[in-house]
Amino acid sequence: MSWLDRLTGGFRKTADRIGENISGLTSKTALDTTTLDDIEEALIASDLGPEASKRIRDAIAARRFEQLDERGLRTILAEEIEKILTPVAKPLDIHGFPRPHVILVIGVNGSGKTTTIGKIGHHLMEQDYGVLLAAGDTFRAAAIEQLKIWGERIHAPVIAGKEGGDPASIVFDGVKQATETGIDVLIVDTAGRLQNKQHLMDELSKVRRVLGKLNEAAPHDVILVLDATTGQNALNQIEVFQETAGVTGLVMTKLDGTARGGVLVAAAEKFGLPIHAIGVGEGVDDLRPFDPRAVARAIAGLPPQ
Amino acid sequence: MFDSLSDRLSGVFDKLRGRGALSETEVRAAMREVRVALLEADVALPVAREFVEEVTERAVGEEVVRSVTPGQMVVKIVNDALVELLGSTNAELDLNTSPPAVVMMVGLQGSGKTTTTAKLAKRLKEKDRKKVMMASLDVARPAAQEQLAVLGRQAGVDTLPIVAGQSPTDIAKRALESARLQGYDVLMLDTAGRLHVDQQLMDEMNAIAAASKPAETLLVVDSLTGQDAVNVAKGFGAEVELSGVILTRMDGDARGGAALSMRKVTGKPIKFAGTGEGLDAIEPFHPDRVAGRILGMGDVVSLVEKAAETVKMEDAERLAKKMEKGKFDLDDLALQIKQMQAMGGVGALAKMMPGMKGMKAAGDVDEKALTRLEAMMSSMTPGERAKPKIINAKRKIRIAKGSGTTVQDVNKLLKMHQQMESAMKKLKKMGGFGKLAAMFGGGKGLPGGDGMPDLGGALPGGLPGLGGPGAPGGLPPGFDKFSKK
Ligand SMILES: Nc1nc2c(ncn2[C@@H]2O[C@H](COP(=O)(O)OP(=O)(O)OP(=O)(O)O)[C@@H](O)[C@H]2O)c(=O)[nH]1
Ligand SMILES: Nc1nc2c(ncn2[C@@H]2O[C@H](COP(=O)(O)OP(=O)(O)OP(=O)(O)O)[C@@H](O)[C@H]2O)c(=O)[nH]1
Ligand SMILES: [Mg+2]
Ligand SMILES: [Mg+2]
Repeated sequence: MSWLDRLTGGFRKTADRIGENISGLTSKTALDTTTLDDIEEALIASDLGPEASKRIRDAIAARRFEQLDERGLRTILAEEIEKILTPVAKPLDIHGFPRPHVILVIGVNGSGKTTTIGKIGHHLMEQDYGVLLAAGDTFRAAAIEQLKIWGERIHAPVIAGKEGGDPASIVFDGVKQATETGIDVLIVDTAGRLQNKQHLMDELSKVRRVLGKLNEAAPHDVILVLDATTGQNALNQIEVFQETAGVTGLVMTKLDGTARGGVLVAAAEKFGLPIHAIGVGEGVDDLRPFDPRAVARAIAGLPPQ
Repeated sequence: MFDSLSDRLSGVFDKLRGRGALSETEVRAAMREVRVALLEADVALPVAREFVEEVTERAVGEEVVRSVTPGQMVVKIVNDALVELLGSTNAELDLNTSPPAVVMMVGLQGSGKTTTTAKLAKRLKEKDRKKVMMASLDVARPAAQEQLAVLGRQAGVDTLPIVAGQSPTDIAKRALESARLQGYDVLMLDTAGRLHVDQQLMDEMNAIAAASKPAETLLVVDSLTGQDAVNVAKGFGAEVELSGVILTRMDGDARGGAALSMRKVTGKPIKFAGTGEGLDAIEPFHPDRVAGRILGMGDVVSLVEKAAETVKMEDAERLAKKMEKGKFDLDDLALQIKQMQAMGGVGALAKMMPGMKGMKAAGDVDEKALTRLEAMMSSMTPGERAKPKIINAKRKIRIAKGSGTTVQDVNKLLKMHQQMESAMKKLKKMGGFGKLAAMFGGGKGLPGGDGMPDLGGALPGGLPGLGGPGAPGGLPPGFDKFSKK
């Protein structure tokens, strides 16, 4: 099963329920309350949250329809979602000049930062960019070792210090080395941190500042990695990480599971931050561009096009 | 977000100023807001729906405490139901098996299994004085085994030496053998993260379980989890026999609705909460705290509790004043019985009193007995209630008739009151009123359990505390006479 099938499949049950309720509905001017309730609930069950779900419900309730069958309804739902997601779909763009283009990767614990770095690094190297990884997580047990193994996997050099060392000094060395050796992209790993821990957030601002010491434009990208299984707290993560570390874009991981990642819809409405890519597995190739139509159709329970 | 919720809530509640018992309309109106609160807190939709339905049934007809609104009362009832649901089961690890007892950790990628393995191992070693070994069966994630080895060194817990190229089941077998030979009490197995829809990895997990026969299989779940919690719980629950759940990252600021989803769907207790990255950051799960977070209406809940306490305090003060004079009349007894009924009757009371031995028997007390007592007392004149001594044989017959009971029953009641009164007098001699007042005022503590053990001997019938208004105390002395055979 492809991740996209799974993404759709998981939603199918809920969508089927909607289907049952509206099949037989052929010519009405507006949708009845039960159908609208079902739509709203289906959206909530995809992690869109009560607020965003209500807004989409209202948008659909305001529309008038000539003829509507189940598929028609799903298409309309997909359209509404796609409308919200399309403006934020933006692939990573390596433009930093002078080199290196610096990408800082941040997020809460275990969201998939280190793995995503491996995948992005691989993706960029396939496009012939030179990549250097910096082991900015000096805190978690064997985090440095983990990044080093990813470096070996994708044949990218890794700059690392000692466990327990100062992350700021490692990332400084990273920019220095990348500048001196003319490497295109420096990707900086950081320790996972919950956004309500002030001292860890302060440490992150410091890392960010240090990155700009040798190259004013750095970091060019600050990517917040979100776990698709996370619920409404993801919105809070975006808000706080944006405040302290100036998030410029998002990557959502673990969409190969049953989580729909509907929180991205709420996030797109609320923050409008670019979504660069999604993670659909643990392997080096399991990174996909963010395709708003595919995700919207999946949430609406429509098959991939 | 929280503010708007409170606002919305008071908007609904302002309209509902009914007194007395909660009506269905009131309950449903308040429940709409509760439902949104649950969904905002990431409680999974089907779980939220079912829970709201159950609590609605429970809330309709409940008495509203003086000075709070019906809506606030509903929130309090919801809160109590949440606490009960989240924590009604014993949550200790059960490692009573021939050693080594195997603890297997399973869960999604990145949920916190490896860290939690080390935390639990450290806890078992330091707190329970167990000899613990850890082994990582994670051959998938880069440096996973190394990670556990580092954590083992930090925690001072042994780890199985790493042998490259072995399969997870082979490592499990080697670990078991090694733990057996070296006399370890507990073997902790950390496994690779896996998706419940990945059948191959689910099979692998089952093979590990078959090879190691875990005493505990713990599902490690991120407390930030959203609606997917249901799928995860169902997916893992369908594959292995889970014995409990551990919620990690409770040090975050998520509302933590996953706790409810997990509890409901797996039916297993939440045994621990991870509260940080450090190896000591693990605690037993606290249902009350988590309920407060999920509901996000801690202020409302404590308001109702305060109001209820105030009401009880007023009654308690009245009672205490009378008792200061060594007086305890039948009105006071009636008040006590009313309060017992309000607390949900004798059965509910029994559950609430951990310190009370032999309460299994009390659980058998005829619930109707309370009603009978009340009936008898309402058949008395105010004069009789204030001065029970005047109740002669003729009056007894009248009371029995009026309440549909027998003269024997009336005698029992009078005997009960007498014992109570003499207990009061004894208490007074002992100068126990300070303690008594504190007990009434305390409200929270269960006096039977730990409040006043030194008084036990002075009281007839092993009266555990006085069943005072401040807290649901013991049964009045002589109450056992009303028990079923
Ligand atoms: N199924 C799946 N697993 C993923 C994905 N991305 C990452 N993972 C897994 O999630 C787990 C955690 O990933 P990491 O990359 O170590 O996460 P992290 O954010 O660096 O974690 P910390 O540094 O500890 O905060 C690992 O087991 C990864 O293999 C994904 O897209 N799909
Ligand atoms: N703040 C906080 N972080 C935690 C907690 N438990 C674990 N973590 C962090 O979460 C991240 C992932 O933890 P791991 O123990 O590696 O997770 P895992 O489930 O073993 O991950 P995989 O083996 O990749 O599936 C690490 O950064 C841990 O330090 C917790 O209770 N609070
Ligand atoms: Mg990492
Ligand atoms: Mg692990």
